[in-house]
Amino acid sequence: MSLSILLCLPVLLALVATQLPERYVGRGAALLSLIPLGIAIDYLARFNPGNSGLQFVTDKLWISSLGIHYKLAISGLNIALVVLTAILFTISLAWSSQRQIDRPKLYYFHFGLAQSAVLGAFMAQDLVLFVGFFDLMLIPFYFLVGSWGTGDRVRATVKMVIYTAVGSFLMLAAAIATGVLASGQHSTALTFTFTALQHLGLSRTDQDWMFLAFAAAFLVKMPLAPFHGWLADAYKSMPIPAVAVFSGVVSKVAAYGFIAIVLPIFPQASHHYQTLMLVIALFSILWATAMAFTTKDARLVIAYSSVAQMGFIMLGIFSLKSTGDQGALLQMLNHGIVTAASFFIVAAVAARADGSENLDDMGGIAFRAPVLASFFLIVTFANLAMPGSSNFIGEFMILLGVFSTQMWIAIVATLGVVGAAVYALRLFITAMHNRVGGRVKSFEVRRIEVIAIVPLLALILVLGFYPQFGLNKSQDSVKAAIAPAAFGGCQNDFPGRTVLSCVAYDPSKTPTSK
Amino acid sequence: MNLAQIAAITQHHLKGPYINWAALSPTVVLTVGAIAVLLLGLLSSPMVRERLVPSAALLTLLGAIGAEISRFNHPATIVHGAMRVDDLAILIDLICAVSAIATVILAWRSAAPREAGHGEFHALLLFSVMGMAILASAQDIIVLFVGLELLSIPLYILCASEYRREGSLESGLKYLIIGSVGSATLVYGLAMIYGATGQTGFTGIGNAIASNNILTDPLLLGGIALTAVGFAFKASVAPFHQWTPDVYEGAPTPVTAFMATATKAAAFAIFLRFFDVALISDQNKWAPLLAALAAITIIVGNVGALGQTSLKRMLGFSGVAQAGYMLSGVIVGTQLGVSATVLYLGVYLAMNIAAFAVIQAHQIETGDDRIAGLRGLGKRSPALAASLTVAMLGLAGIPGTVGFVGKFQLIHALVDGGYGWLAIVLVVGAMISLGYYLRVVAAVWMSPAGEHAEISGVPAPGDVLPVALAPIAGGSPEADQLPYTEIVFVAVLFATLCVVFGILPSPLFHLAAHAGAAFSGLF
Repeated sequence: MSLSILLCLPVLLALVATQLPERYVGRGAALLSLIPLGIAIDYLARFNPGNSGLQFVTDKLWISSLGIHYKLAISGLNIALVVLTAILFTISLAWSSQRQIDRPKLYYFHFGLAQSAVLGAFMAQDLVLFVGFFDLMLIPFYFLVGSWGTGDRVRATVKMVIYTAVGSFLMLAAAIATGVLASGQHSTALTFTFTALQHLGLSRTDQDWMFLAFAAAFLVKMPLAPFHGWLADAYKSMPIPAVAVFSGVVSKVAAYGFIAIVLPIFPQASHHYQTLMLVIALFSILWATAMAFTTKDARLVIAYSSVAQMGFIMLGIFSLKSTGDQGALLQMLNHGIVTAASFFIVAAVAARADGSENLDDMGGIAFRAPVLASFFLIVTFANLAMPGSSNFIGEFMILLGVFSTQMWIAIVATLGVVGAAVYALRLFITAMHNRVGGRVKSFEVRRIEVIAIVPLLALILVLGFYPQFGLNKSQDSVKAAIAPAAFGGCQNDFPGRTVLSCVAYDPSKTPTSK
Repeated sequence: MNLAQIAAITQHHLKGPYINWAALSPTVVLTVGAIAVLLLGLLSSPMVRERLVPSAALLTLLGAIGAEISRFNHPATIVHGAMRVDDLAILIDLICAVSAIATVILAWRSAAPREAGHGEFHALLLFSVMGMAILASAQDIIVLFVGLELLSIPLYILCASEYRREGSLESGLKYLIIGSVGSATLVYGLAMIYGATGQTGFTGIGNAIASNNILTDPLLLGGIALTAVGFAFKASVAPFHQWTPDVYEGAPTPVTAFMATATKAAAFAIFLRFFDVALISDQNKWAPLLAALAAITIIVGNVGALGQTSLKRMLGFSGVAQAGYMLSGVIVGTQLGVSATVLYLGVYLAMNIAAFAVIQAHQIETGDDRIAGLRGLGKRSPALAASLTVAMLGLAGIPGTVGFVGKFQLIHALVDGGYGWLAIVLVVGAMISLGYYLRVVAAVWMSPAGEHAEISGVPAPGDVLPVALAPIAGGSPEADQLPYTEIVFVAVLFATLCVVFGILPSPLFHLAAHAGAAFSGLF
């Protein structure tokens, strides 16, 4: 079975669902989305963790004159994220299907398109294909926010698209330049596949430029602190199912891009900019934690907490240690689940506070809804990385990785862990306990809320008991992906890799000398 | 010497240059068709004028397309080296002819041909296409000028063809005056180049520049500069673009669609031929100049479009910006650059025709072309709304549409040709452009707040709210009931092409590579 099926199914099934009578479109879309989920799980089952290379490769020459391949594959880096994507989309569709949605056919079509684009971005093994899917992801969310959002949604959506496009168009130029320069410097035919580009090292100066362009795209998309301007408006305005998948998987595409593309293809530049990236990540953690303390809006608490979490993931990635990067990958999975669950819970809580997402209007909800409160508590514990949760393992590995690279950054970053406990508990206490809010009409958790929240809770618990589940698939792939960057791109550990310039190579910075 | 010999010799001396009529057939078809259409239009029967004349025009254009396709991949230099019908010329001719077909269909029931006279309107259109065909294959500055005027003069009239409308007249007059200034500048430039090189043929000029060591001759450089300005007027390259938004806004929409796509294609064809063939050895003199112009054009066009309220004006400015993008293919002076520009002209055709078709349909229905007036189009006519959306996303360069493919190849050509900084400018321009393209998309689909039920995180769970008004869903076949089926057809057809070739672009790259290969002197 080819990966193209998994790629195309969501959008095709969405088109099938739109043919149903309007009342059944939602339920149809949600049920049909179980098919790609099943396929993704099937791939997970058949995945061979011992192989650090690409598996289930689909490779066709797409644009022959430019050497662009339509190449999809599963590797240790993306398998968990592909499954996560399928899960979160199914859950979001299930949540949507229980609600009255205006113009449902368009709504579910955009959801299907979004899922295909996200899956495409995760599975693409060609730079141009990746950039294409990365940009395409934006379009359905543009419509989802603009047509089905709340508040000043058109402004929010245009802002989001322009912010993201600034980065991703630069990335497009950089992607083309990477292919052209790499083939020029090695006098080979034009190629854009990841594997080929890893063996065609660019010169140092070129790598630096390309790195910055790619980093711009990914940092905006994640987003990290100085590049997050679109975040508050867009997250505030997005419909809940859209924000759950956006924060759950779309932002992970950017983090995944760093591990799968930037580190292997621009190893020297990654090494060179390591400290800069770590500092951005650190700033992000501290700033977002501070914002999450102070905001009065329940949804924004989760939004900023996810910026802080992305900061941790970034720390892990640029620790350039296999522990740190594996922690980052595990944390991507954890955060994807936890943040989606958090958004659904915020929606459930807001529904009991007369539709308000303001913390001042909440309070005392737990008295009449103990089950919901327990759900919330589990998610809160996962979010603050309680020992025993998988998030704890993830953050621990990340900090361990950073600790052996840049100790002071790891020490400061620990403040973020402490801060997470404060804002997560503050959110839980103000919403669920304290004095009963003025407009609160609490009631126990409803079936449609259970549909969305319980599967995610189950995943949180499974990963908490057995985090190895998220780790063992990726070990070898992560090591292979970060190896060139970890050694500054100068150690010739890649058979067939040509190192063009190691002039800037500083032996004191390599991990081996420590 | 007997009489027969004398006759043979006289005949030999009197004979004009040998003409390969087969290679010239597209132009011939257009000429014959244009005259036939003009004559048909003299008949008084409304049936003939309103049905037969446009049909004859369509038939002529289809004939021309057939002739062009049959000549594809058979490059020939004809009329004693004055014209060259190679794959570049053929592709440009095809673009112009397809654009003209779309124009005829868009104008089928519009006011412009009714007021100007059906015969005249369509004959002028065909003559203009013929001018473009001549211009695209010109190999000589005389032919160049003939072609340019043959394309321009009918357009001046076509712009003013709705002569009961002030805006149309203004547009025609403005285009006439500015177009004449452009032509005059161009003639000066061409005369100076002739003065410097003593040649009128492009290859002759190229050889003279390369061999006579006159690369820095002020007469030649002055000529190049003036020629560049003349072409810039036609291709609406800033700062010679001021006429574009005004003329686009005032002209009848079908004519605007034609100008935006076909004229641009012809202007860039001659840009490519003149600069990348005749003046190629002086490239390091003119390339930085044109690169600066391109950068200015991209910024001016995109920033200018941001504040527009009229769709046609916005597309005018966007056309300016896109001209800047396309100029980058000329600047690099490589086969890759040529093919990138031709590719972009092709994709630009598809996206713009789709957009203008929607504007035409919308204008017939509501009588205005304000962006705000599009509100609710997504509910009224999903087919038109979807087409406009695809066109706008394509123009912005979103993947999955041909716009992405076109931008990709231009950036590729720029990076390959060592103009990385211009690629950055192009990308920055594309970012700015999202600001106005997305505004249109938002107007189409996203009605103002409060107009329809919203889902947020907070509908009362459990109890499904009774819906007071059943939401109007997409997919209703309303569009079929509207009185402009043919326009919807054009819009949907070109939008579909945008998406299909956006996903499977290989054929486009192959075709465009043919255009690049036509310039065998380039790398």
